[in-house]
Amino acid sequence: MSLLQLQGLSKQFGDTKIIRDVNLEIQPGEKHAIIGPNGAGKSTLFHLISGRYHVSSGSILFKGTPIHNRSPFEITRLGLARSFQVTNIFPLLSVFENVRCALLWSMGYRYSFWQLLGKAQALNDRTEALLDEIGLHARRNLPAGELAYAEQRALELGIAIASGAEMILLDEPVAGMSHTEATNAVALIRKVTAGKTLIMVEHDMNIVFDMADRISVLVYGEIIASDIPSKIRGNPRVQEAYLGEVVPGGSDA
Amino acid sequence: MFEVLIFATLNGLVTGLLLFMLASGLTLIFSMMGVLNFAHASFYMLGAYFAYSISLYTGFWPALILAPVLVGVLGALVERYGLRRVHKSGHVAELIFTFGLAFLIEEAVQFFWGRATKDYRSPDILDFPLFTLFGQNFPAYKAFMIFISIAIFIALYFVLTRTRIGIIIQAAITHPHTVGNLGHNVPLIFMAVFGVGTGLAGLAGVIAGPVLTTFPGMAMVLGSIVFVIVVIGGLGSLAGALVASLLIGLLQSYAIASDLGMPDLLNWLGVSFERDHPLNDIWRLTLPQIAPILPYLLLVLVLIFRPSGLFGKRES
Amino acid sequence: MFKFAVWIIFAIVIVLLPQFFTSLLSVSILNQMAIAIVFALSYNMLLGQGGMLSFGHAVYFGLGGFMAVHALLGIEDGDYFFSVTLIPLVGGLFGLLAALFIGSFSTHKAGTVFAMISLGVGELIAASSLILVSFFGGEAGVSGDRTYGPTFFGYDFAQDIQVYYLAAAWMFIATLAMYLFTQTPAGRMANAVRDNPERAEFIGYSARRVRLISFVMSGFFAGIAGGLFAVNYEILTEQNLNAVTSGNVLLMAYIGGLGFFIGPIIGAVVLTLMNSVLSHYTTLWMLYLGIMFVLTVMFLPNGLTGFLMMHRTPWHLGKIRLLIKPYIVTSIPGAVFALSLVAMVEMAHSSEAEFVFLGASFNSSGIVSWGVLIAIALGSFIALRRSLPALREAWAQANAIDSGEQK
Ligand SMILES: Nc1ncnc2c1ncn2[C@@H]1O[C@H](COP(=O)(O)OP(=O)(O)OP(=O)(O)O)[C@@H](O)[C@H]1O
Ligand SMILES: [Mg+2]
Repeated sequence: MSLLQLQGLSKQFGDTKIIRDVNLEIQPGEKHAIIGPNGAGKSTLFHLISGRYHVSSGSILFKGTPIHNRSPFEITRLGLARSFQVTNIFPLLSVFENVRCALLWSMGYRYSFWQLLGKAQALNDRTEALLDEIGLHARRNLPAGELAYAEQRALELGIAIASGAEMILLDEPVAGMSHTEATNAVALIRKVTAGKTLIMVEHDMNIVFDMADRISVLVYGEIIASDIPSKIRGNPRVQEAYLGEVVPGGSDA
Repeated sequence: MFEVLIFATLNGLVTGLLLFMLASGLTLIFSMMGVLNFAHASFYMLGAYFAYSISLYTGFWPALILAPVLVGVLGALVERYGLRRVHKSGHVAELIFTFGLAFLIEEAVQFFWGRATKDYRSPDILDFPLFTLFGQNFPAYKAFMIFISIAIFIALYFVLTRTRIGIIIQAAITHPHTVGNLGHNVPLIFMAVFGVGTGLAGLAGVIAGPVLTTFPGMAMVLGSIVFVIVVIGGLGSLAGALVASLLIGLLQSYAIASDLGMPDLLNWLGVSFERDHPLNDIWRLTLPQIAPILPYLLLVLVLIFRPSGLFGKRES
Repeated sequence: MFKFAVWIIFAIVIVLLPQFFTSLLSVSILNQMAIAIVFALSYNMLLGQGGMLSFGHAVYFGLGGFMAVHALLGIEDGDYFFSVTLIPLVGGLFGLLAALFIGSFSTHKAGTVFAMISLGVGELIAASSLILVSFFGGEAGVSGDRTYGPTFFGYDFAQDIQVYYLAAAWMFIATLAMYLFTQTPAGRMANAVRDNPERAEFIGYSARRVRLISFVMSGFFAGIAGGLFAVNYEILTEQNLNAVTSGNVLLMAYIGGLGFFIGPIIGAVVLTLMNSVLSHYTTLWMLYLGIMFVLTVMFLPNGLTGFLMMHRTPWHLGKIRLLIKPYIVTSIPGAVFALSLVAMVEMAHSSEAEFVFLGASFNSSGIVSWGVLIAIALGSFIALRRSLPALREAWAQANAIDSGEQK
């Protein structure tokens, strides 16, 4: 059974249709990339899946349960985590606290006001380990809002992967990173999503074709193709709508 | 019964229009700058006090012009040297700043004019009953208040829709950044809007002072009600502010004029609560008694069921 | 262990304070401080830690207080038999219930909507309190007597100093509890929701539920403060739950500094002192308070504590010495300037012909007096302006990480 199913999904703001009748199935363990020109609706699609927006019509099933129009926190608790294209962190909390907060729910602390965080050994150890992994250990006590842009992107990624969710949605995780930083981030993503399901929006075609098992192409809110990378490369409609100019050059920002 | 209704309506209209004069300025300021000016009613109070002091020397009519201008200039200065500085610390800091300002203005008024009520009166020419209905007088001054308020709204409406500056202001409300890009001096527009908004509040104070009495607590009395109005009407909506002002003005006026209460309701239902019980007060409430709390009740209900207000566009 | 030591020292200080301040007046000020500290800390749970700006926090203080007075009356009438030491708990529980009810609909959103609901509810309850006479006692309020009920190890709380120990004990417990709350998952998530409610939902937390928990906690501790007030003053009136009290607690927390746990404590201590001391010397102290508040918002957005904390970097760099001289050079004309303004304000306000300020005597209608004061004000202002560049320079140096050694 598919882990995630989008059925006839549509979203419109006022009269403008942003997502039009999208159908998509993601299998457990799949690494799926969504590509498409600017303004195609990729982020909007993520917002629908993760509960940030209500759907206009259609349905979204996660592990067989409908999740459309549920609150983000309910969806998150079912095991679906995400990152944001526009950095979305807790600016006044320290980097350490940002990561620790992201771990809290998955480690069963819920709304506890009777346990002290300082005494939560397992929680703190995992936070430290994760800080190491995202390369922010040296910055752990800085307010997150004061990090450099690329560091904030790393933190954004860290918050998304912290809970160890079954399915992870990453919206342009390496945009704005330098080449080395991006390489590290990709390696990290590969590592933490091993055995998990990943959907990723990314403009860097090298990364996309390197990582993805399957690729969907979204143009004007419609999926015009969804296939394995080699087929996507050869697909004339994709060539025409989107890839023609981008693929040969390879690396773009 | 009928004459009660008529007079209640007229009085409600006077209050409602007066409230709108405050609420319109507050709304303009909010929609442009995102600041809910807690001190707005304090500028209204300053209007009344300035007019009182000026009228001691010149009589009412020059004060009617001078006092609002003075208040507006003061408001613009507050924006320029106070609010603009606080702006970078965020909206909460701005709200707290205006809150502190309200506190400060009340103290300053007590310093300069004392705690006692001032004998600020309407001009003698308007001191006659305009008409008498069922043996009750309707003072000419109240008609004058209605006239001034309506004249102001027409002027405001004209400025906002027909003039260049009005169109810039409207654009600044919806797209604050683009207007800056077009080369307009947004900080200057902000200062002007703040000045005009507070000036309107001052004018409201000038004409309300003689009727609602001029005392240091007058800002407190009206301040939170004006807040209630802009929130009920929907933050940033002028039409909403107008409807909510009239609604609250009329509601309060009817409630005060009526002599109905819980006992009547209970009688009508055929229930009686005569046992001795701490909640007995509730069964004895009358409408005039609860008139002062009606706006707040309405506010809480609106915010629970329709947080963006009656005419609100913003999903805050 | 350092933190543990801080708490021990705190406990020792509050036990020892009445040994140094023995007069009736100072004990009564200490009692007020204890109450204000609990109240201001409970307020900061909302604003500083949870990002909820409330204009109606007195509601929970007042409702808790009224319930506590009724409990006192119940003890007096023999309806209940428990020690007065537990009265603050009664207030706390009632504050908690009230907060649970009101929070259930007001914590949907933070920001302006929350602020407006708190304002509306505050006005609503303050106005209702004048109508519902049997519970709130109308204009006169409700009074009780704290000396009934079983004595507590020989204490019958007839004297203020006994009340001090009760208030101080509750203050200590409440402060500790509120501090510990900040160290729990719910407390930390309150900060997270303050910073970014949306992202909090994407890590599994309902922002609304997180706010509600803080809100209820805050109502509980505000109620405890109200209960302490009831024990201390034995009377509650509409004053205690209206907008003035709500505004006061905002003032205390803000002037103290919202971003620090200790901020509201400092704010409560400073403002209570100012209230009692200034109101002793001048009737205009509220005016000065207002000016101070507005200046704080403008120039010290992080409050007094924030100002102190600004010196952490120079301190760690060992360069705090650099600041001492410029501070003195600036603060002397600054103080003279402020005092000369105060003198003019007081003189203008004074109705007597001879006006005495800080031992100097002025003729309040005389041109000479005014001239002298204006000259002093102008002179000190110029001196103040002149001293500022040096101060700025010193500040930059004290905060520069490597300049000192390399030169
Ligand atoms: N809340 C909204 N209201 C109205 N229009 C919106 C809203 N959110 C997105 N849109 C519109 O929907 C379209 C798709 O936006 P979206 O952010 O999903 O694109 P995208 O594919 O992620 O683009 P990019 O590659 O630039 O990130 C855009 O035209 C945008 O203006
Ligand atoms: Mg996008």
